[in-house]
Amino acid sequence: MKLKSLLILVSIALAACQPSETKTSSAAFASTGPMTINGAGATFPYPIYSKWFDEYQKAHPDVRINYQSIGSGGGIKQLSAQTVFFGASDGPMTDAQLQAAPGAILHFPTVLGGVVPVYNVTGVTQALRFNGSVLADIYLGKITKWNDAAIVALNPGVKLPADDIAVVHRSDGSGTTYIFCDFLSKVSPDYKQKVGVSTSVNWPAGVGAKGNEGVSGLVRQTPGAIGYVELIYALQNKMSYGSVQNKAGQFVTASLDSVTAAAAGAAMPDDFRVSITNADGAAAYPIASFTWLLLYEHPKDAARGKAMVDFLKWALTDGQRFAPSLGYAPLPQPVVAKEMQALAKIQ
Amino acid sequence: MRRSSDDRKFRLSTGAFAALVLLIVIGIGFELTRQSMLSITKFGLKFWTTSTWDPVSGDFGALPFIWGTLYSAILALLIATPIALGIAIFISELSPRVLRQPLAYLTELLAAIPSIVYGLWGIFVLVPIVRKVEIAMGAKPALGVGMLSAALILAVMVIPFSSSVAREILKNVPSTQREAAYALGATRWEAIKVAIGFGKSGIIGAVMLGFGRALGETIAVTMVIGNSPQISASLFKPQYTMAAVIANEFTEAADELYLHALIEIGLLLFIITVAVNMISRLLIWSMKRRVTAPIIAPILEEAVA
Repeated sequence: MKLKSLLILVSIALAACQPSETKTSSAAFASTGPMTINGAGATFPYPIYSKWFDEYQKAHPDVRINYQSIGSGGGIKQLSAQTVFFGASDGPMTDAQLQAAPGAILHFPTVLGGVVPVYNVTGVTQALRFNGSVLADIYLGKITKWNDAAIVALNPGVKLPADDIAVVHRSDGSGTTYIFCDFLSKVSPDYKQKVGVSTSVNWPAGVGAKGNEGVSGLVRQTPGAIGYVELIYALQNKMSYGSVQNKAGQFVTASLDSVTAAAAGAAMPDDFRVSITNADGAAAYPIASFTWLLLYEHPKDAARGKAMVDFLKWALTDGQRFAPSLGYAPLPQPVVAKEMQALAKIQ
Repeated sequence: MRRSSDDRKFRLSTGAFAALVLLIVIGIGFELTRQSMLSITKFGLKFWTTSTWDPVSGDFGALPFIWGTLYSAILALLIATPIALGIAIFISELSPRVLRQPLAYLTELLAAIPSIVYGLWGIFVLVPIVRKVEIAMGAKPALGVGMLSAALILAVMVIPFSSSVAREILKNVPSTQREAAYALGATRWEAIKVAIGFGKSGIIGAVMLGFGRALGETIAVTMVIGNSPQISASLFKPQYTMAAVIANEFTEAADELYLHALIEIGLLLFIITVAVNMISRLLIWSMKRRVTAPIIAPILEEAVA
């Protein structure tokens, strides 16, 4: 009996050893196999990033890039803690965050996104026109009726009901909220002072719903509701949305072209940390933003650093053609040219 | 000789597992405190008593979340308790024998539904109904999402827990109790009252169990409560809970103080949950001194654990 149980124990122990042996051999193999690069960050660009990493690996089997879409905040945190090789964010890092990081971090815009106002007004079928101050006052709780003089003035010929406006915003921290608040803070000093810009803010009015789907679901259900969603989400779900007046005074409906136009109109600083909401240019859609990939200027691992530079060079040129079909606006040419120069700095 | 040493080893090893549970609880409390130090030292007790939650200016107070959590859980309890007790009494005392098992299974099945499914049901079915009620009552603006929807959905989620524990307790009331009541000429209703009276403390424990569950529910509540940090007694106003704000804001919180404030909310929730569990324990212990203890205590002990 005793011997038998001993034998069983030994065989279990042997079986337990087996995988660990294969593990070590596979680890040894990995050094000659594909190089793995890990990144984490924003959820907004996840579909295009995973498409890029997938396509890039097909062409370069020796490089495998993994991306966890844990949110911009998480991406910045993990990059600063150096638990990932690159980060991604929908809002540029703040000066404080950059200083807290153990090394210089560079921003690289990859694609563009826009945020659109969606609404559910009884009896209104045509697209409504908004401007920054009206949207700001609605979200500040100052405009509370759909037939408010300010909204009527923007929409001549539209019969607006005397319904209450039900304001819907994102409840989860989100780059979409960041871009929306960034625009409203630029056009309304009152909004800037009372609300400000962040992925989550202290909303003076309205209800919070989780995710684009939560906001659009609640808006669709609730008569009198207004909300904001990502352009991609609205396009993919064939939702109608309002146009927004830009800095040049034009009412622009968000589209991939008008979002790219916003990027073309912005003066680009050398560190690429630029907000392109309320951009110049007659065709520019005013609630637009870059999304950024974040890399250390002097990466710890030179080989991986070079691989990421090569990848970015491809993503900013050839890779851009995947953007429109996934609902992202591609970068304008001058921005790409400037980024190519900046990529040379990484070593 | 060998037997007793085996006993000792067995006791030691299982004892180590039991100690592990204790260590985990202490470890959670310690980590939550450690990782919320920035917010604890900056805001102190003000964190409990102020109601501004502003990630932009870095000013955090948790009162609206504490209010929303307790209010929604208490409302849910008020709705769920009579229904849960009704189900328990019907199944254990009045239902025909053939219906007993299927009914018990069905109520327990409610507990097996994932909370995201409850949340979706809440958004697509419950919220529109609540909105119609609000419109009919003239509430403005009629949103549907808010405290009432959250309390209703929590009530449905809590019912299976409270009712199955209450049912077990009634089932374990000795039949001599009911027989004695009948022998004294009691009606059926009076005999049931005797049984309920006998298991009273246990039933309170069952209710508290549901309360603990309602406090921590996250996703389903987030989807229907409206996520607006305000303190209001109104059933129709959107409000917020502690678990919901953590789920909503944790992933995008990059700022240290912001993160620490969110973790401190987790610490508050932990403290409140532990307090509720301790109160329900005390109820069970106080009951142990009475005659009923040997029958009911083990059921509750098992349920609470």
